[in-house]
Amino acid sequence: MHEAPSQPVVHHHTPPQGFLRKYVFSLDHKVIGLQYYALALVAVFIGMILSWLMRLHLAWPTLPIHGLGVLSAAGAPQGVMTPEYYLSLLTMHGTIMVFFVLTNAPLAGFGNYMLPIQVGAEDMAFPRFNMMSFWVTFVSFLVLIAAFFITDGPPISGWTAYAPLSAVGGAAGPGQALGQTLWAISIAIFCVGQLLGSLNFITTTLDLRTKGMSLSRMPYSTWAWLITAVIALLAFAVLLPACVLLILDRVAGTSFFVPAGLIVGDKLLPHSGGSPLLWQHLFWFFGHPEVYIAILPSIGIVAHILPSFLRKNILGGTRTVVGTLIAFGFLSYIVWGHHMFLSGMNPYSAIIFSVPTLIITIPATIITLLMLGSIYGARLQFDSPALFCLGFISVFISGGISGFFLAQPSIDIYLHATYFVVAHFHFVMAVAAIFAIFAGTYFWAPKMFGRMMNETLAKWHFWLTFIGVYCIFMPMHYIGFAGNVRRYAAFTDDYMIPLIPVHKFMTIAALLTGAVQFIFLYNLIHTRYWGKQAPENPWGSTTLEWSTPSSPPPFDNFGGKAPIVYREPYEFAEGGATDYVMQTSPEQVVSREL
Amino acid sequence: MSDSVIALSETSDGAIMEEPVYAVSPKKLTVWLFIISDAVTFGAMLFVYGYLRVGSTDWGASFNFPSILNGLIMTFILLTSSLTMLASVQAAKEARTASSVKWMGVTAMLGFIFAVLHLREWAHMRTEGWGISQNPTGHSVQFSAAYFSITGLHLLHVTCGIIAILVVAAKFRRGHLTAEHVVTTGLYWHFVDLVWMFVFPLIYLLNAVR
Repeated sequence: MHEAPSQPVVHHHTPPQGFLRKYVFSLDHKVIGLQYYALALVAVFIGMILSWLMRLHLAWPTLPIHGLGVLSAAGAPQGVMTPEYYLSLLTMHGTIMVFFVLTNAPLAGFGNYMLPIQVGAEDMAFPRFNMMSFWVTFVSFLVLIAAFFITDGPPISGWTAYAPLSAVGGAAGPGQALGQTLWAISIAIFCVGQLLGSLNFITTTLDLRTKGMSLSRMPYSTWAWLITAVIALLAFAVLLPACVLLILDRVAGTSFFVPAGLIVGDKLLPHSGGSPLLWQHLFWFFGHPEVYIAILPSIGIVAHILPSFLRKNILGGTRTVVGTLIAFGFLSYIVWGHHMFLSGMNPYSAIIFSVPTLIITIPATIITLLMLGSIYGARLQFDSPALFCLGFISVFISGGISGFFLAQPSIDIYLHATYFVVAHFHFVMAVAAIFAIFAGTYFWAPKMFGRMMNETLAKWHFWLTFIGVYCIFMPMHYIGFAGNVRRYAAFTDDYMIPLIPVHKFMTIAALLTGAVQFIFLYNLIHTRYWGKQAPENPWGSTTLEWSTPSSPPPFDNFGGKAPIVYREPYEFAEGGATDYVMQTSPEQVVSREL
Repeated sequence: MSDSVIALSETSDGAIMEEPVYAVSPKKLTVWLFIISDAVTFGAMLFVYGYLRVGSTDWGASFNFPSILNGLIMTFILLTSSLTMLASVQAAKEARTASSVKWMGVTAMLGFIFAVLHLREWAHMRTEGWGISQNPTGHSVQFSAAYFSITGLHLLHVTCGIIAILVVAAKFRRGHLTAEHVVTTGLYWHFVDLVWMFVFPLIYLLNAVR
């Protein structure tokens, strides 16, 4: 390994001493990154248990679930959930997973930890904003979880909180009084946290890069976090006022989202002149970019990890990969209407939104094929991060293909309210992003904890999860085509009863796959405290996070020195003792012909 | 706010840092990004207003001449405050601290007068029976909802701006802040002014009784 030359810097960043500053209200981007990760970890297990409860109820609608009655006596008398309580769990599952897991972990968690290091900075541009962004997010999470413990329980309007159901208050059903208000407040607070985070990400990337770290030398992951931060900066700026207007509708008697003449529970509501479609436009103008807020950092993380295990760069290199990410970012803003084909908007709008939706498959296809094509002629190493990267590609393709169907309004009208859509978004967004989070965890654990994850457990974790998610979500395509509607608490219609055995299969698969995640949890906690000491650069990677003087990196990341970057991010070449060249290496090397 | 990062790039004269893209300092860049994001927020609010208005069959006109005149005076005052902020920024750049602080004082005062006139208008409307969900003219209540929420959001920005200007002025006078802080505060204030240039014609002039 080459001794990285670097210039001394004036050391003005002294590590904090007090417990609060060190571990709680820390200004260190690494601690904040881990805090986000821990929050996502708590959230994902809550979300997963909610999905277990829902799946159990779908397969065995009369089966009492012990303990559920304790959580909500009204929602689950004798442990059997009411249809309304099913919807409450559905809402909380979606909200927790989308906001607090898929947004938090790949972007805020890994991004906070790795982005400043990957550009050679000693911290984010505004550490106090950074700390605030986490604690604001934490408060938002508490407000949301509080909905479980109020009399009415959580809201029943889904993670999209469609008006007028979400806007008219308690008359609309259990959870629609205080629960829905808590939901709206929580999401509004969440927006503030994300906006603060985005400002920091963009400014840090553009202004705090170390000498030699030109834009074209930034790793794919850094690019992905930058582009995602731009998307988040604009998307959450729309969701924030939308949530405030929803709160006004609920508490101040306005009618932004409530039409005139609406009768709920045999009562004529005093609202007039609003539009439920307006909420859908505002929500999905945020909501579709939000999907890319989850998946772009995941693509970036996978593209960043893969070269270390292929021992070569991704085909096409930085320009192509970054180009596709930017295309994703731009297109994500003009496709929101494809969530609204059934909403009653003008059918011509559906065609307008259908075209860019199909176009967005082009960058998705390009990046996927580039990753797959890069495997050809590579010396692929099947370590756990690589396995999860390949798993990511697999589920991203599986979920992406169903996207072609759904992008067309005529097909979507049939499939939109069925399990086909549930399968689609779980594969392409949720499971794909989760696989990227796993890949990132196994890849960066040696850096974040200074310890290696247990590889045997990791491989078991991968294979069982990989098979498991296919068992859960693949049959959903089939039952979706068969007309099995989604958001129903039980399937009692004649034509759906024959599908219940499939539901039982998926439920068992979900229970087992969920249980497998405790292997991961055990591995993570065990590694954090008792894992095997990690070598300096276990994967033979080239980027700056592997040039820090220790693992985990010191408080100022590079031990009082700023690294100097001489090379592109993914140079794997023969020459010397290694087959790779660090970004900080000034030596001349002969590139390996590919 | 971390001053350490600024110090890093400044004291080292760019030696250990990559040149900032477009040579914008982190603080200034962040204020610009905030302005872009905030503009999207106001854009969403104005979209809501436009959407509801276009969809309404009973919009009606709401403002008589005194309200329009009051709005015109407010517009004139806010525009003037942008000019005085410009004078303050210029003075700060030329290291004339006392002059810069004085102009910031004038700007804050003008902002304060704007806010008072605005609140007076609101109080007047309240006595006439207007509320966020009440319209005494019998036309669509969406007008008052849009009016109070959009001007309320703007007034919130003005209030934050006044506080920011006063804090920056006090700290700048004692040498705790640099000219860059005055520049970024000025950027924000001009943005608040610019937003009003959309709010006034769209909310006031388009709803004048002819």
